[in-house]
Amino acid sequence: MCGIVGLFLKDPKLEPQLGAMLTEMLITMTDRGPDSAGIAIYSGANDGRAKLTVQSAQPQVDFKNLDEDLKDAIGTPVLMLIKSTHAVLEVPAAQLDAARSALAHLRPSVKVMSAGDGIEIYKEVGLPKDVAARFEVAKMHGTHGIGHTRMATESAVTTMGAHPFSTGPDQCLVHNGSLSNHNGVRRELKRLGMTFETENDTEVGAAFVSHKLQQGETLGAALEATLTDLDGFFTFVVGTKNGFGVVRDPIACKPAVMAETDQYVAFGSEYRAMVNLPGIETARVWEPEPATVYFWER
Amino acid sequence: MQTFDLEAQGLRALNQALHNLKGQQTNETAWEVVNPKGSHAIAVGVDAPVDITVRGSTGYYCAGMNKQATIRVKGSAGPGVAENMMSGTVIIDGDASQYAGATGRGGLLVIKGNAASRCGISMKGIDIVVHGNIGHMSCFMAQSGNILVLGDAGDSLGDSLYEAHLFVRGSVKSLGTDCIEKEMRPEHLAIIADLLKRGEAEHLAKPEEFKRYGSARKLYTFNIDNASSY
Repeated sequence: MCGIVGLFLKDPKLEPQLGAMLTEMLITMTDRGPDSAGIAIYSGANDGRAKLTVQSAQPQVDFKNLDEDLKDAIGTPVLMLIKSTHAVLEVPAAQLDAARSALAHLRPSVKVMSAGDGIEIYKEVGLPKDVAARFEVAKMHGTHGIGHTRMATESAVTTMGAHPFSTGPDQCLVHNGSLSNHNGVRRELKRLGMTFETENDTEVGAAFVSHKLQQGETLGAALEATLTDLDGFFTFVVGTKNGFGVVRDPIACKPAVMAETDQYVAFGSEYRAMVNLPGIETARVWEPEPATVYFWER
Repeated sequence: MQTFDLEAQGLRALNQALHNLKGQQTNETAWEVVNPKGSHAIAVGVDAPVDITVRGSTGYYCAGMNKQATIRVKGSAGPGVAENMMSGTVIIDGDASQYAGATGRGGLLVIKGNAASRCGISMKGIDIVVHGNIGHMSCFMAQSGNILVLGDAGDSLGDSLYEAHLFVRGSVKSLGTDCIEKEMRPEHLAIIADLLKRGEAEHLAKPEEFKRYGSARKLYTFNIDNASSY
């Protein structure tokens, strides 16, 4: 099954509440996906700083002095914020790639959840309410965010198998459904230089979109291409540094509801997820059409 | 008027209270459900001639298996509204998600907004009136009953159709296998006039504006020329 929630804020006044709003939406979707949960939140883009969000199964060991070790490696101070099994490493944007390379060398067991100017991804196995609480998502502010509650079908219930998947800078994707041609598409994307962390079908969807964006395609065109090249069931919600996109496969059996007001665009697998958003009573609420790309960019 | 606060009193209590009306002589014939907040399975399995108004949007399977009751949703409905309805009336003021009225055996389902994909899939006797559009694969394997669409129909309307009557006023994106346009005869115009009236749509359209679609009867009937393929 799986549950998806998403919020793209138009009104900056709501930005301090983004995490709280997304947390409530995410928890409402628990019975669509109690295996694991994850959230991608975008904040602070274009301030010259970039963020690596990393995860470790042994945070006490891996995160100890990680900021100092990275500083020595890249020659610039690193700001580290530890949240449970995850840590956000903030560096000057120009040093992001250097920090990522150094990290792979310094802490080989640490996984990179996301990298970019604005994105942070937190995901773990467990009930959505517990996952949201351990990362204090409700306190986070931001411009847009996407959350996912997982009921696993195509691969194991692990941290890395949870959504969102990030396969490019400031990019992420969540998925409700299952892809049937993911092995073939993965082979092709590997040949084109994309790398993969898991055997998961959704990671292939994410990498497919990232590859298109890498080739200079627009978000709209990248999402359009999923309709011809990916086979299976999908409702995808995609985040980029400035944007937020939605696409459903032509069969459209995976549910999706959207709402738009002057203040936000919201996505939910069910209307239930959106009932407590401000002004929902007068929002334009609709079901996204099959095989139709929707996206918003600021 | 019995007012039921779904948020405070819970779904099981609501459906139990409604099920308790079966076979009873009761004065509690008008019910109002407040704070539905998109919850699932609201007013499912009701079997009593009562009026139920849901003040807000509903989740999955609202009014499923309805018998006798008139259920009105003052909002939109999630997937599977009025699924397998037996009798009575269900009226959705907003839109309905996928497979509205699926497998319905009787009664009337009115959707005042649009219906998504698979509306009336496998319907077997229900009447459906949609003021807006219906999505793809609607009326797939529909067996009997009538559907009246004031707007447009999506892809593959009436695929593998049996004997349901399909009436569409707007465009049909594509017809499914074995579904064809058919001649409109006076008895069909009478069916449409009746559906417009019962579907609260008399002021919106005239019977002559619709086209009729039905089964070419090539798919579901035994054909001796194909005997070797069976």
